[in-house]
Amino acid sequence: MSSTLPPFQAFLDQHRDVVWRFLVASVGRVEADDCFQETFIAALRAYPQLGGKRREHNLRAWVLTIAHNKALDAHRARSRRATPVADTLAVGDAAAPAEPDGARDEELWEAVDGLPERQRSAVVLRFVGDLPHREIATAIGCSEEAARRSLHEGLSKLRKVVPA
Amino acid sequence: MNGDVFDDEERTVRALRRRVMPQDGSAADAAGAAERLAERAAREELLDVSYTTIDSPFGPLLAAGTERGLVRLAFPEESEDSVLERLAARISPRIMRAPARFDEVARELDEYFVGRRRAFETDLDWSLIGPFGKRVLGVTAAIPYGSVLSYIEVATEAGSPRGSRAAGNALGSNPIPIVIPCHRVLRTGGALGGYGGGLERKRWLLELEGALQTELS
Repeated sequence: MSSTLPPFQAFLDQHRDVVWRFLVASVGRVEADDCFQETFIAALRAYPQLGGKRREHNLRAWVLTIAHNKALDAHRARSRRATPVADTLAVGDAAAPAEPDGARDEELWEAVDGLPERQRSAVVLRFVGDLPHREIATAIGCSEEAARRSLHEGLSKLRKVVPA
Repeated sequence: MNGDVFDDEERTVRALRRRVMPQDGSAADAAGAAERLAERAAREELLDVSYTTIDSPFGPLLAAGTERGLVRLAFPEESEDSVLERLAARISPRIMRAPARFDEVARELDEYFVGRRRAFETDLDWSLIGPFGKRVLGVTAAIPYGSVLSYIEVATEAGSPRGSRAAGNALGSNPIPIVIPCHRVLRTGGALGGYGGGLERKRWLLELEGALQTELS
């Protein structure tokens, strides 16, 4: 009995908000939906093989690992499509799709976007998911110490944009 | 330890949250994205069990189905969580809410409950039913609308003339009540016997079908 997984819907209900916020923060509102679908389809595909060995917080870190990888794919796809940086930044604002949330802050998002991959994920996991270092490490696939360092470096860079 | 650095980080994180998190639509967006997932999962053949709730005179019934058909119908007293957990253990944990897949079942039930339908056409998945249960419920499924059989008659037809008690148990654990009409099985002499959904509902269903008056008169 204890070795059975919760029904996938229960898993989805429990983790969809944190995954959604993580993806909106990582790739933006427009691409978040695709990444969200990709993340949970991949999770659903692998789900029965998880067995009962995973506890709650591990399931969260597991699905955020998948989301992290989908966000990286989206970023890489975008940079392959992208015109040189100077153009994007100049044209980008005018061409950017209107964000439903007026709270989106272009300066901050560009700074988050500009972080190296691991730092970006560590920062986003920390402020969106409120994940402890250990879970951040699991999600991005590094040691706890490396996660701590990435988070610290990422936040230091953002501090220039976001005075605490 | 390094309190200053930590406090600094905490402050930055809080400042980030203040600037990024006031997205009022975020939870609704996430819910919408999660709802769209079931259809995609079904297209990719990753959805083993889907479910929804269907309104009925008894309250909301939980209906669950596989690609073969309706596999479970649960009365409102049964907790949704425990029904789904058992389905996860017995069939597959790939379970998602997908109301659109139950339009046909819901329509047939609606018609049945207002007396406009006498037989269900929706496909059934018998995989939660054991070998003996298949024989007993197979006999039961063939009892016409408005008719009744006794436990002994059902047991006899199922090939176990002395198994009326076992037949009663198999009927009692019918995973698809109403649609597999275990309410049409009574004690010899016409007493109601038992019912998983409660005797009041058994009587209501038999009255709906016009079976009870005939028995008593």
